[in-house]
Amino acid sequence: MRIPVDPSDWLILIPEFILLGTAIAILMIDAFAKAASDRSSPWISLAGTAGAIVAAVFLWGNPLSGFGGMIVNDDFGVLVSTAILTGTALAVLISVDYVRREELPAGEYYALILLSTIGMLLMVSSANLIMIFLSLEVLSIALYVLTGFARMRPRSQEAGMKYFLLGSFSAAILVYGVALIYGATGTVDLQSIADELISPGVLGNPVLLAGAGLVLVGLGFKVAAVPFQMWTPDVYEGAPSTVAAFMSIGSKAAAFAALVRVLIFAMGGLRPEWLAAVWVIAALTMTVGNLVAIAQDNIKRMLAYSSIAHAGYILVAVAAANRLGLQSIPFYLIAYAFMNLGAWAVVTAVTRKGEEAVGLSDYSGLFWSHPVLAGSMGLFMFALAGIPPTAGFTAKIYVFMAAVAADMIGLLIIAIVTTIISAYFYLRVTVIMFMERPAEPPVVTVPTPLAVAIAVAAAGTIWLFLFPGVTQSFTDTVARLL
Amino acid sequence: MLVQYLPFLVLFIVAVAFAGGAMVLSRLLGPKRPSATKLEPYESGMVPIGGTRGRFPIRFYLVALLFILFDIEIIFLYPWAVIFLEAGAARVFLFFEILVFLGVITVGYVYIWRKGALDWE
Repeated sequence: MRIPVDPSDWLILIPEFILLGTAIAILMIDAFAKAASDRSSPWISLAGTAGAIVAAVFLWGNPLSGFGGMIVNDDFGVLVSTAILTGTALAVLISVDYVRREELPAGEYYALILLSTIGMLLMVSSANLIMIFLSLEVLSIALYVLTGFARMRPRSQEAGMKYFLLGSFSAAILVYGVALIYGATGTVDLQSIADELISPGVLGNPVLLAGAGLVLVGLGFKVAAVPFQMWTPDVYEGAPSTVAAFMSIGSKAAAFAALVRVLIFAMGGLRPEWLAAVWVIAALTMTVGNLVAIAQDNIKRMLAYSSIAHAGYILVAVAAANRLGLQSIPFYLIAYAFMNLGAWAVVTAVTRKGEEAVGLSDYSGLFWSHPVLAGSMGLFMFALAGIPPTAGFTAKIYVFMAAVAADMIGLLIIAIVTTIISAYFYLRVTVIMFMERPAEPPVVTVPTPLAVAIAVAAAGTIWLFLFPGVTQSFTDTVARLL
Repeated sequence: MLVQYLPFLVLFIVAVAFAGGAMVLSRLLGPKRPSATKLEPYESGMVPIGGTRGRFPIRFYLVALLFILFDIEIIFLYPWAVIFLEAGAARVFLFFEILVFLGVITVGYVYIWRKGALDWE
């Protein structure tokens, strides 16, 4: 076989290369000028992320494919990449003072964040099962290290170890699935798989079904879908808050992009077979995530279950597998990036050194000492619950519309009921902040970068509600891919 | 279709029978005169001192880890070299491509060096 060598292939990976160059620069500054690196690395990584966003937008509307069809850069990929890069930029902003406060090694921290982002972007543009696995490893290995990054805190170590063991296990399951799909279709290229599925002999092959199932399990682990969600609360609770914020956006968005490519683009012909599985997983994820979140007294665990529940809503759109579903997934991910990172930013502000003050009671009467901070948290809670003046509402409406268009009324009813249930624990945070009035309301310091991140997240959450059309025109082009 | 795997089955049975038979026969027929020296794991080797589950410094793990990392990375040079020979006009591009790859590895090497991962003490 002749391996095609084409210099123009590198154009497709410009965002990744910008991030790689930035990460290398940060590592080198860290190696030779430690003091300068501690001051400058967050700003360098922010500049790199901004450059990557510009490059990603530059690739918009110009679908490219390269590296022998391993990498594609279509509009769907660019849109999800933008969600991921937005999450990264905001995560870097909330990390500036956090990394200093917790005395984490700054250079390595930001370099790992950027390297993990490269893995996420690669995963989004993977058009090949091998490439999906490779980028999954790139993004995961950096995240394993970041999870256990607060080495002196046993909870962080525990979380890192759990995430590593379960993560490598699920990656192995994914590879097994890839092997079975290859065995059944003779190819790992997503487009070729779609072409193979036309022949009835391949369609009914149980090996193919088993392979698709195992890939679903592997990616379901990454998006934290029930019953593969066991790691999520422990990892989010133990990991540094900023890392939990970062991975709740990035790895989820990347895994959903891969899931869409595998299930809808490559195995769309197999939908009658996988629909039942995705249906059940989506229903379980929404129900378990929202119900268990009610019982949480730790805000980080509550947000972890909230993140599980939101994976369930996006899975509804995946199950729908129609134009509306494909439009709503990038929109949901972008809206989720804003509202979820906003909530985590407030959590980062309220926690004290050593990840103390993460109980819901630590938010008691926050409004009376910090009205703006509590107000933003209220906004993000409204958004996550899907209450109107926020992007969370619009995102959920899109998903519900996709479910209606796909005639999945049962799943729609479950989604609506669990949304109503979820309002209870989101609004409980608001009640604690606004209606309780302790003798001494909590006093927290909000450093400027963190305040900027909260402001951007709040603005994005409202902006996407007021002008969903801004992304509508983008998502229209995405839907044409189907 | 399964018939074509028949030789493997035969080979498997013969292998198991031969290995198992040899062990059973030597146990039945061989004379047994055990002594302390003969019962050691390595009859003619070093005298074992202590168990095998002793703790040893974590530095060994670090060295092993770094060795595997750079070892695997250098292996990528082989497929590159094979393609390079047949690449024709694309050789110039391939050359700079591998320079970038080696550059990234060198950055990692410089980093661990500066961070003291190669210092034993």
